[in-house]
Amino acid sequence: MKKVPGIIEIRFHGRGGQGAVTAAQLLAKAAFLEGKWSQAFPFFGAERRGAPVTAYTRISNKPILLRSQVYQPDHVVVLDPSLFAYVNPLSGLNEGGFVIVNTSKDPKDLNIPPNFAVATVDATSIALDLKLLLAGIPIVNTAMLGAIAKATNLVSVDSVEKVILKTWPDKRGEINARAVRLAYESTRIRPAIKS
Amino acid sequence: MSTEILNGNHTAAYAAFLCDVDVVAAYPITPQTPVVELIAEFVESGRLKARFIRVESEHSAMSVCVGAAFAGARTFTATASQGLALMHEVLHWAAGARLPIVMCNVNRALGSPWSIWADYSDSAAQRDTGWLQVYCKDNQEILDSVIQGYRISEDSRVLLPVMVCYEGFILSHTYMPVHLPPREEILDYAPKKKPSWALNFDAPYTHGNLVLPVHFQHLRRQMHEAMQMARKVIVEAVDEFRKRFGRFHGALVETYQMEDAEHAIVSIGSLGAESFLAVDLLREEGLRVGAVRVRFYRPFPSEELRQLLKEVHSVTVFDRFASYGKGGMLSVEVRDALFELKDPPAVHGYVVGLGGVDVPYTVLADFVRRTVKDYAKVKRREEVIML
Amino acid sequence: MLPSLGRELAPEAIPHAAFSQPVKGVGGKTGLWRFQKPTVDRNKCIRCGLCWVFCPDIAISFNEEGYPIIDYDYCKGCGICANECPRNAISMVREE
Repeated sequence: MKKVPGIIEIRFHGRGGQGAVTAAQLLAKAAFLEGKWSQAFPFFGAERRGAPVTAYTRISNKPILLRSQVYQPDHVVVLDPSLFAYVNPLSGLNEGGFVIVNTSKDPKDLNIPPNFAVATVDATSIALDLKLLLAGIPIVNTAMLGAIAKATNLVSVDSVEKVILKTWPDKRGEINARAVRLAYESTRIRPAIKS
Repeated sequence: MSTEILNGNHTAAYAAFLCDVDVVAAYPITPQTPVVELIAEFVESGRLKARFIRVESEHSAMSVCVGAAFAGARTFTATASQGLALMHEVLHWAAGARLPIVMCNVNRALGSPWSIWADYSDSAAQRDTGWLQVYCKDNQEILDSVIQGYRISEDSRVLLPVMVCYEGFILSHTYMPVHLPPREEILDYAPKKKPSWALNFDAPYTHGNLVLPVHFQHLRRQMHEAMQMARKVIVEAVDEFRKRFGRFHGALVETYQMEDAEHAIVSIGSLGAESFLAVDLLREEGLRVGAVRVRFYRPFPSEELRQLLKEVHSVTVFDRFASYGKGGMLSVEVRDALFELKDPPAVHGYVVGLGGVDVPYTVLADFVRRTVKDYAKVKRREEVIML
Repeated sequence: MLPSLGRELAPEAIPHAAFSQPVKGVGGKTGLWRFQKPTVDRNKCIRCGLCWVFCPDIAISFNEEGYPIIDYDYCKGCGICANECPRNAISMVREE
């Protein structure tokens, strides 16, 4: 399918409760803060804790007229590496696009084809260290935003922090902003190999 | 105020907040629920000085709105799908009593089987209740249409309720930038009025009593005339809105690249946004295509469509609802609007996206290419499409 | 292809309406949703069957000796069984 020029599409893979939908929104807010147009939406359906969910962000320099689904994301973000076992996060991903994964592993150990770029960050450990838990589930979405900023440069890490502090102008915001910074600093990258 | 990243539902709630509504009575239903939640929060926190009246059904919600509007209150509600269907009876009462209520309807298919996803079968089925109907293509338009809705609805030349429709999930759960003007500016644009009909203990009278047939037909003709008059009021309202707020979503229709168009797309709602992208795509291929988005479905923009489409060879119409046994009602009405033209264009109607099936602009472009290929031979087409 | 409307389960039913029958796992393997899994300590279990009573997903059955067996294909890991067990014989263990 022909992509609309100038629109960057990011797909988030997570499980209900991990904050994929919120991550997509925060990324849209950060992009908007930097003067871009943005859009964020969940996969349209019923939300269920623990079930695989996807959420999307679109970023553009112009107003976005697309109302249809994302079929060929430019980057994908995987909040839970166990999802690789039963969904294909690489589906439709554009050549050269980033696969940004929450894992303690190094990018080269992930077995992702060389035509995609890989970024890894141990967001679960960051969340556990900062006690970012909701109903016992580590909330990894804000840390993943730090990794997105580092890997893709779509938004600056400062913008992400600003948006988080504005969304939660209390202790929660501070801790989440710290998660963003820690993730940003510890993200490891393997660029795509041009074929 | 400011520009926020809001989903369609929160935008609708902000719209009610910014219009300083006095009474809200609503019953939650997917995908409308966040509208009700946020308004309840506004009322609970004291930011919105309104009565939030909890009800046991949508039929009651609209009944409360009718009562509140009779009392002269600025009234708001929101619903979707089965909820709107349950309101059906009272929708007639609201319009027949000429009450200026504004309601958001989050478009969702009707069962059976259950669907929580978007099509227009809910609001399209209420087409003939006497409500004005607006269909939005983005969240900003939801906000602006509610604001314009109060101004149009409360205009003494109209006095009819307004239904602001937007698609479930596609807009209701999608976050986009929305500019929220200050409340004072909005209330200056759409000031609250003390309606002459407001119930008054000191001068009591009865509403909606039994009338003789001759009176009934007179009142109904007046309703039709008010709907016709609304065309003019809508144009005034959106022009004034553009002057004050710098935004324009079209009056009864919004057009895109129609100036030199040889072929046109006519669609409604979020399909309209995608249709503009289809135009860009087809123009790259050398086809002179333009798009018309029907914004107000009632009153129907017959004259606008006639003017815009009189020179084109073909019109491809996309509906998100079907009249079973006929086809897409939008295409039927477009064809009717063009009937008076000396050499009307071919009108090919496609019903797409039922029950929330995704309709990307590339699909719209495919159908336009098909129309362009055979419009000379096929003057009329009515199909319900499976994508 | 169209996904199943459940029709093949009851071919005699209305030909063009959607319906489904109560069969195991018609909603897919919901065990994939689990973050943590219940594990039964048979040294503590008194075979009272309360876990079976409370399981909202009918994911618990009994073996021949009356000990609970958890069907991990469908257990969503909600933890209600662990919460209700009067002997704390069920613990929730993190899954990778």
